[in-house]
Order: sequence, then C-alpha cells, then structure tokens
Amino acid sequence: MPTAEVSNVRTLKVKRFKPSEDPKNTYLNQEKGLWAWMTTVDHKKIGLMYLGSVTFFFLVGGVLALLLRTELLSPAETFIQADTYNQFFTLHGAIMVFFVLIPSIPAALGNFVLPMQLGAKDVAFPRLNLASLYIYWIGAIFTFIALANNGLDTGWTFYTPYSTQSTTSVVWVTLGVFILGFSSILTGTNFLATIHKMRAPGITWGKLPLNLWALYATSVIQVLATPVLAITLLLLTMENVLGIGIFDPALGGDPVLFQHFFWFYSHPAVYIMIVPGFGIISEVITTFSKKHIFGYWAIALSSLAIAFIGFLVWGHHMFVSGQSSVATTVFSFLTFLVGIPTGIKILNWVATLYKGSIEMKTPMIYVFIFLFLFSIGGFTGIMLGALSADVHLHDTYYVVAHFHYVMMGGTLIALLAGLHYWWPKMTGKMYNEFLAKIAAGFIFIGFNVTFLPQFIMGSQGMPRRYYNYIDQFTIFHQTSTIGSYLLGVGFLIIAYYLYKSLMSGEKAGSNPWGSRGLEWQATSPPDFHNFDHTPVVINGPYDYHRPMEEFQLGLADSHNGHGTHHEVNPDPELAGSN
Amino acid sequence: MANHSTSHPTHVQHHFVDSDQQFDTAKMGMWVFLVNEILFFGGLFCAYIIYRAWYPELFSEAALELDTFWGAVNTVVLIGSSLTVAMAIRSVQKDQIKGLKINLLITIALACVFMVIKAFEYSHKFELGIFPGQYYTYDGLKHAMAPIFFSIYYMLTGVHALHVIIGIGLIYWIYRRAKNGEFSSEYYTPVEITGLYWHLVDLIWIFLFPLLYLIE
Repeated sequence: MPTAEVSNVRTLKVKRFKPSEDPKNTYLNQEKGLWAWMTTVDHKKIGLMYLGSVTFFFLVGGVLALLLRTELLSPAETFIQADTYNQFFTLHGAIMVFFVLIPSIPAALGNFVLPMQLGAKDVAFPRLNLASLYIYWIGAIFTFIALANNGLDTGWTFYTPYSTQSTTSVVWVTLGVFILGFSSILTGTNFLATIHKMRAPGITWGKLPLNLWALYATSVIQVLATPVLAITLLLLTMENVLGIGIFDPALGGDPVLFQHFFWFYSHPAVYIMIVPGFGIISEVITTFSKKHIFGYWAIALSSLAIAFIGFLVWGHHMFVSGQSSVATTVFSFLTFLVGIPTGIKILNWVATLYKGSIEMKTPMIYVFIFLFLFSIGGFTGIMLGALSADVHLHDTYYVVAHFHYVMMGGTLIALLAGLHYWWPKMTGKMYNEFLAKIAAGFIFIGFNVTFLPQFIMGSQGMPRRYYNYIDQFTIFHQTSTIGSYLLGVGFLIIAYYLYKSLMSGEKAGSNPWGSRGLEWQATSPPDFHNFDHTPVVINGPYDYHRPMEEFQLGLADSHNGHGTHHEVNPDPELAGSN
Repeated sequence: MANHSTSHPTHVQHHFVDSDQQFDTAKMGMWVFLVNEILFFGGLFCAYIIYRAWYPELFSEAALELDTFWGAVNTVVLIGSSLTVAMAIRSVQKDQIKGLKINLLITIALACVFMVIKAFEYSHKFELGIFPGQYYTYDGLKHAMAPIFFSIYYMLTGVHALHVIIGIGLIYWIYRRAKNGEFSSEYYTPVEITGLYWHLVDLIWIFLFPLLYLIE
C-alpha cells in the first residue's frame, strides 16, 4: 500500500475530493459498442449485464406464474393441460430460484456496489467476473435446450426416483444448473478475496458497510454449499445416463440420500438469496433515517451466524421422508435457532428508526414492505419448523405461501429497494417518485392478496403443485389469481418509469439521498475506475453525526494509478487514525 | 519486493496497488477455491461413508478386485509429482528458470504416468465386465449390491482423473509461460497457485488410495 513508515505510525496525507455534479468521464461513455460491453472486465458493466439477464428471466418466470394462476381460476382444466401445468410450475420454480433469486442481489447489485463501497477500482479477479457471466449464459442455454426439447416436469427439486424416470429433459436442466453453479462459486470466491484484500486505506472490519458483511456471509455460503449441489447434480446426471444406482433402491441405493444432498445445498441456498437482501435493508434504512445503525456488530455478526446455522437445518425439509425421529427433533430445534439471528436483525432495524429523521422515499417504502412481509414469512417458517405442525402443513399451499413471503416478500422486495436506491448511481438519472410509490402500493397489496389466501387454504389441506382442487377452495384460488394480476400491473409500472428514467430522466446529483456511504462519494454515474483518487476512510459508513467533508477524503498525492507515480509524501497533515 | 509501489512493474494489473497485494489476493482466491473443491469431493466421500456403513462386507469383498500394487505405484508417482511442483516453486523463487522448466516437465511426465496406469486399471475392469451401475455384468462377486461399490469407485476416481487432466493442462500452460520468460522471483503467482491446485489433487488421491484399495 502507498504508505510511508514514520517511527511505527502510518501517516497519510489526505485532502478532500468533492465529487463533480456534472461528470464528463463516466463508465457509460467509455468503451462503447457491443463488443466492448461483451469483453469488458468492468464490474459495473458486468453488474448491469447481470441485472439485464436477471430481469429477462424474471419476466419469463413471472409470465409462467401468471399462466399458472390463470389456470387455477377454476377447478380442472381452465385453458392448459395437466402435463403442461406440471412443466410450467417446474420451470417457474427452477427459473426463479436458479436464474433470478440466487444471482439477483450478489451478482447484479453486489457486483456494481461492492468495489465502490470498498473504494477499490474493481473486484479482485475481473476476468473471472466476466467468465461467471458467460457461464451463467451457458447454463441458460442448456435450460432453453431442455425447454425446446420436452421441457421438465419434476418440480425444481429434481427428487428421485421420479427424476430418473421422467421422460422430460432432466439431464439438460441438471447440467444447466450444474454449470450455473460455477458462476455462483466464482462470484463468491471473487467477493471473498475482494473484501479481504482490496479495502481502501482506513476501511477496517468495523467500518465495513453492513451490505458487505451480508455479501461476505453470502459468499461463504456460496463457496461451501454450491459444490455439494454440483456433485449431487453430477450424480443425478450419471444416474440418468449410466444408472449408477446411488439413488436407486433397486440397485441398493437410497432416494432419501438425494434429498439430503439436495437440501444440504438448497437450504443454505435460501440464505444465499435472503442474506444479501438484509445488507440492502441496512444501507437503505440508515440513509433514510439519517442515523447511525443500531447494533452494528449485532447485525454484522448475525449474518455470519445465519450462514453457519443455515448449514445445520436442511433436515427440516424431510420431516415426513422417513428420517429418524432423533434427527427430526434435532433439525426442528436447529430450525428454531436460526430464527434468532434473523430476529436480532429485524429488532435492530426497527431500533434504528427510533428518533431517526425518516424520509419516505421509494427505497424506504420498500424497506417497510420488507419488514412487514418478511416478518410474516419468518414466523410462518418457525411454525413449519415445529414437528407436529409440519406433518399437517407439509406439501400444502401453506409452504408455498411461506416461501413466497420470504423469497418474494423478502429477497425481491429488498432487491427493489436496492434497485431504487442505487438507480441514480448506476444510471445518473432519477425516476418518477410518484409513479414509483404507486407501483410499490400495487406490489404490496397485490402480494398480500395473492399469498394470504394461500396460507388459509394450505392450512385447510390444499396440496401444493396440484392441477385440480375441490370446490371449497375456489374462492381462495380466485382471490389469489386476482392478486397476482395486481402484482403484474405493479411490475409493469416499474418497467415503464424506469424506462422513462433511462430515456429522459432528470439528472441525479452525485448523492441525491445525502448518504454517507463511500459509493455515494463518486460521481453519478461513476468514472471508469470509480474514483479519481484513492479514497481514505476515517469514519464509519453510518456516522451521520459527522460532516460530509470527512467522508470525501482521498490520498493527496495519489492519482489512483492514473498519474505518473504512486509515492506518498510522509508529511503528516490530516492523519487518518487506523 | 518492497518498493514496487513506486515502480509499477508490468505484471501488476491496473486495479491492484502493488505486486504484494496482487500476489496475496490471488493466493487467497486459490485457497477459497480449494475449500470449494474439498466440499465437491466431500459429497462423494459422504456417499462412500454411508454405503460402507450399510454394506461393510461388500466393501471389503469388492476391494479385492482392485490392484493394490498399481494403486501403490500411482500413489508414489503422484507424491513424487507434488515434490517436483514444490521444487519448481522453489526454483523460481531463486530465479533458477531452467530448474523451474525441468521440474514442471517432470511433473507433467509423472502425471501422465499416473493416467496411463489408471487407463490400464480401467480397461482391465471393463474386460471383466465391471462397468458402472446398470451396465455391470461381472459375476465374480457374490454380493448383490456389487454395482454400487463400483459406481462409487468410478465416480471418485473418474472425477479425480478429470482433475489430473486439467492439472496437466495447467502445468503445461505454466511451462509455456516460463519458456517465454514471464516468471522470475519478482513475479511467480501463477506457478504458486497452480502448485496449490496440484497439491490438492495429490492430497485427494492420498485419501482415495487407502479408502478404496486397502480395506480388505
């Protein structure tokens, strides 16, 4: 690092760099053209391309969901065949989990924001970052081959023995997801190395934004869990191709072993999806309360606690699969335990609001929606973790409603909060605040109308994944379908005003929300290498009681690698502690 | 390597401050990747443990079909190649580029010997009809679950062999770069991290050999 040693005290000469409100050089007006985008190693462009890909898959998965809900307007056949219905819900689940939720926050928003919050020019391994995007696309191609060639009807969980007997393209999709896993592993590895090694002078672990603690915990899960899914899918592929028999009782194998392997990844995977959402909530809630976060270390370490305990609860997916009663009891207990760090977070966020100067901008509205919906999702999860309740509720619409409250009410709402929060930074444009609030209203109401009735019919015994149902459930299904249309309208409004914003949006200043975060001390949109100077950090990211100029410091003599040399004058002037 | 922050050598990528930071970062990335590899093999080892606990007599019976002598030879060969890769790193640290190239070539040669022996072992089993899973036709073993053992055997050794092949490719690439004079004691990060990978490949075989060959 460009520091000088003066009798054991490291002294940096710093000065204030006020970000320009009217930047001439931005990452968007350098390296233009399709080829430059396809070969770029810039984390911001890669993040945007991920965002585009995730949006595309969200559209596909969302249209499938609307078709499913439309089919369920009436019992028996409404407009599609039962086999088609099976394929639709499988693809809806597989696309939303593997192609939308898992990469959404880390690979799209995380890629954009992480190096900026660290004051770095890029992630540690920029070429691997680009490779991960291409691997994601290759995985997508495999899935589309499957779509064109018989589809898939096993459900997104690929349970054996059905997945070894189904005539649909199981092998194509499992290979697609296998490939996709490498993209997730590369992102996780990249983030871990970046957070450890690329922090700007002054960013100690205690001054790391909570978004990065959350991405750190997520990356740990990605690196430890994804390879287990990879080997499981490889075994499943071999089971289909060679009949190796590890999951086949006829050859001495065990289908429940598949469930263990699958959930050993897929339960931690729900934390890959939700924990980065927690990070966004921490950032947004402080910015719009203009207040130091309550319980910094509690929030930071509870992310790691979730990552750890999350590995020990997979058995709660198999309470009725013939697991031993000792195992089910232990897994049930551990499931209750994982609720604690999550509860710690919620309480700390609410405490942050206390006496804050709260500004109800769109990202903050999504934070309140998140707190409400995610709490419902979390509590119903605790109920499903209780053994006797789960035997009754297992494989019903109650489970469907629970994970939609967590995954959509949690992750997707947090994603929307983050998207609206960082949109001015990414594009340099503002969006229509009024329309954004209307859309948030549609989404909140539509979401609850869709999924609250599912709790009720689930507890009354409506099984999940069924094409047909008895008359008593008609009213719930119809309400749910109407709610899903409201949700669709909400997303259309978002698409409309974000498009308008891109085309003719009002210019955003460098820091429209008055945040103290380091990413807001760059121009909007940022320069190609994020900062013209090497940023130096002396305050925490949520120190709203400190004046803004203390957050805009940089090494006085360094040009962040753009000048002729890197030497630092050891003259102590404004000495940054740490 | 202390004063790199001022001179900015060509091998330092633009987003790093200096050579040390780049080296540390690359090394950490590789360690994280190795953890991920261990978890990947962990799934297979887990399957091995479960089936061995269920059918202990199958494992001791079927392991007799594996040739302990050639397995032992392969173990020695791979440990030897780990030694030469370590010597290659030592050479480049001391700026002995000739020693680096020779050690890399010996490593590649030993890895190829390993693959040739493995190929002989596989083809011998295929002749007997010991194929994985449903294609298993061998009737020399009385145990009804015999195909399961060989499914696990082929998965473990097959995935390991794939890693050996990838390793040969990587070491050859390092050799080509060494020949172009890209490495010196100032910059040898790719040599170091490829060496780390190769040690892992060796280490996994050290577990596979006793677990599969030496249990009768």
